[in-house]
Amino acid sequence: MAQAVAHRAEETEKTALITGSEAIAVACKLADVDVITAYPIRPYDTVMQYVAKLVANGEFDCEYIVAESEHSQFEIVKHASAVGARVFSGSSGVGWMYAFEALTVTPALRIPMVVMVGNRALDDPGAFGVEHNDALAVRDLGWQLVWVDSAQEALDTALIAYRVAEDRRVFLPCAISCDGAFLTHSQGLVKIPSQDKVDAFLPPYQRGDLLLHPDNPITIAPQANEDWLMEIRRQTAAGMERSTAVIREAYAEFEQIFGRKYGNPFFEEYATEDADVVLVGMGTLSTPVKVAIRQMRREGKKVGFVRVRWFRPFAAEELARTLGRFSAVGVIDRDFSLGSPHLGGVLATEVRAAMYLATSQPPVLGFICGLGGREVTVPDVRKMSDIIREAAEGHPQPPTQWIGLRE
Amino acid sequence: MGRLFAVEIVYRGIFQKTLAKNISRGIVLAAHAEGKPGISFGRYGDSPERNGIPAKNFAIVGTDDVTLEEGMAKYEPTEVDISIAVDDTLCKGVESWAWYGLQPINRLLKPGGALIVTSREQPDALIAMCHRKEYPYRLAIVKGTPSFSGLWVYKDDHTDVRILGAVAKLLPDLVGLEAVQKVILAEWRDPLKATSAARAYERTTTTTVRPDQGNPEKPYQFELPKWWEMREGIAIPCIRPGQPMQDMDNHKTGGFRPERNPTFKKFTTRTMRPVVNFDTCIKCTLCWLQCPDSCFDVTPDGLYDANMEACCGCGVCEAVCPVTDCVTMVNEVAFHDNASQWEMWKKDKDAYQTWLNGKIEHRPERSHGFRYRGQYEEQTPEMLEIAREG
Repeated sequence: MAQAVAHRAEETEKTALITGSEAIAVACKLADVDVITAYPIRPYDTVMQYVAKLVANGEFDCEYIVAESEHSQFEIVKHASAVGARVFSGSSGVGWMYAFEALTVTPALRIPMVVMVGNRALDDPGAFGVEHNDALAVRDLGWQLVWVDSAQEALDTALIAYRVAEDRRVFLPCAISCDGAFLTHSQGLVKIPSQDKVDAFLPPYQRGDLLLHPDNPITIAPQANEDWLMEIRRQTAAGMERSTAVIREAYAEFEQIFGRKYGNPFFEEYATEDADVVLVGMGTLSTPVKVAIRQMRREGKKVGFVRVRWFRPFAAEELARTLGRFSAVGVIDRDFSLGSPHLGGVLATEVRAAMYLATSQPPVLGFICGLGGREVTVPDVRKMSDIIREAAEGHPQPPTQWIGLRE
Repeated sequence: MGRLFAVEIVYRGIFQKTLAKNISRGIVLAAHAEGKPGISFGRYGDSPERNGIPAKNFAIVGTDDVTLEEGMAKYEPTEVDISIAVDDTLCKGVESWAWYGLQPINRLLKPGGALIVTSREQPDALIAMCHRKEYPYRLAIVKGTPSFSGLWVYKDDHTDVRILGAVAKLLPDLVGLEAVQKVILAEWRDPLKATSAARAYERTTTTTVRPDQGNPEKPYQFELPKWWEMREGIAIPCIRPGQPMQDMDNHKTGGFRPERNPTFKKFTTRTMRPVVNFDTCIKCTLCWLQCPDSCFDVTPDGLYDANMEACCGCGVCEAVCPVTDCVTMVNEVAFHDNASQWEMWKKDKDAYQTWLNGKIEHRPERSHGFRYRGQYEEQTPEMLEIAREG
């Protein structure tokens, strides 16, 4: 296994001005990742550049492989993980799509790969701004999906992701989504924890009886048909079911060791305590939303915000219970699901499905906003808030509306 | 509800795939000509592109659409009126790509159902190969060697239509000869094939097989594990390395027997088996080295014993053996067990030579497509002669 070359020199926490992508690369170094594969595509390429720099500077010892395509990129780390290496990879937009076949085979083989998706719009028209459809495309396949909204959260979540993915009860891949530009290309002040603390938090990767090694002779990924397939799927599903509790454990221990509090791991609540209505969303749109909420609160409008972190596993019951407290809910989707129920976004559809079994069911409105890197502005947020307040007051609203569109 | 009919055609991939499909289609089209709807399909879980692997086609017919739908609610039928084996070595049972465990050839037959086999053997020889059934069934033989009719350039030997004629005789409620002939003319536009069907119809007779007749062995089987019993990650523990063998004379151990998969033996893929003349063997290792299934056990005295639980009958050992008649492929119908030849030879070498010479006489009888180029074409005139003369 690779040894971190120079990390012992820095045992104390320090603060650095780095992007979300750099924060993820730092997390890879702290986690002493063994094998990293790369293939350039914006905005993910910022991670590979920073990892390359760490390796070139002698600060980080890992196998760093620039593959010939995204498909190979993910295949290589899949195999490296099968033989016991801690791995990291990542991509964006259509690069992630090009790897799709490799992404589908990873969960069933119980490969705890951790990757970063620098969220990018799918082509065409070749926009490189943020849209969440790339990462969301694997939502049905057994990938754990988490969205973060700051460089600090990116670093911390990467460490948590290794801990959760490599837990024997889970053994499923995890993709950390970072919004293109707003997070991947924006430098913020990040507390970089000491190596000691990371070592205390993150146990070594032990593949046990699934290790592909001459001392543990097994065949993995044989062809199997209808008399095996359902049992295999059920096993993978059981891993995802167990993930929820493992995530809770990991956040609790993270807080204990690092002293940073994230509260509920699955979603962050902002100004919800006395709110009448709430907005729901993922990623960096949290900044304009929070600012707009503060404005509106000064005007006496009680609006709150729920930022979903973990999309898979989806904390359906808990989220439904929380959202049931309000008189209307507005879901902001930085994605779309063309032809879906109410012609809306993926998050809105999932939230509505989660609410179906809830005892309290306020109206859930969907907003498509901020596609292809367009900013979600404070006036956009105020407009969406006004619409859900209308709905809360008993004036029916269309189930899906496009906000910030030239019309 | 009306009446439902089910016929299965058991064949060997890849050479008999078209033959099986043509028989299956012929039954459904003939039934349709009589106003009955039907469905013809190959079992999806099979792997009929693999040489020798047993595979199946099904023809399902109902007297009306609702009855057919009732039958098709269970896609793969649990019982059939007729089982057709287009290779007589399939009578020993089948273990297809998708099945786990050995399935008797007559497993799906209803009480009183019929097993049709293409063979040059007598009924007694075939009955001895088939596993015992708890109730009586009928056996009909359509005389002939295993046919590749309909495939690529292989000559049409009329096996397909002769079997259709036999089906009309055995289950006239499913299809009558007239409908069969009508479909043959429409599909193949060959009056001679219609005549072949009629001849087979006339000649087909049946033998009743009683529950006390047949192979008394219980076919090996096992339970598939529950989802929480399986190792995660689609990981399968390997077959462990083997062990030395024991010499029954002096109880010394030596040689090497590889460990083998106990639940997927594959020997029903075999249509021929190698017999070994241990007295002329020069211990050159070539058979052991070249066998694609690692089926040779290395005996304590340094000989190579083809293990019949593991041999698929490919014939590579015979092809690579440098000694004349040291390894000889023999028609599988000439054998009734999977016993060790080496043990037989150790027990009584003279008796073994007599046995061996008796088996080698069966040598030229069959082909499974790659024994040597042109063999099947050589056999076709004989098969056409059988079709004409019975």
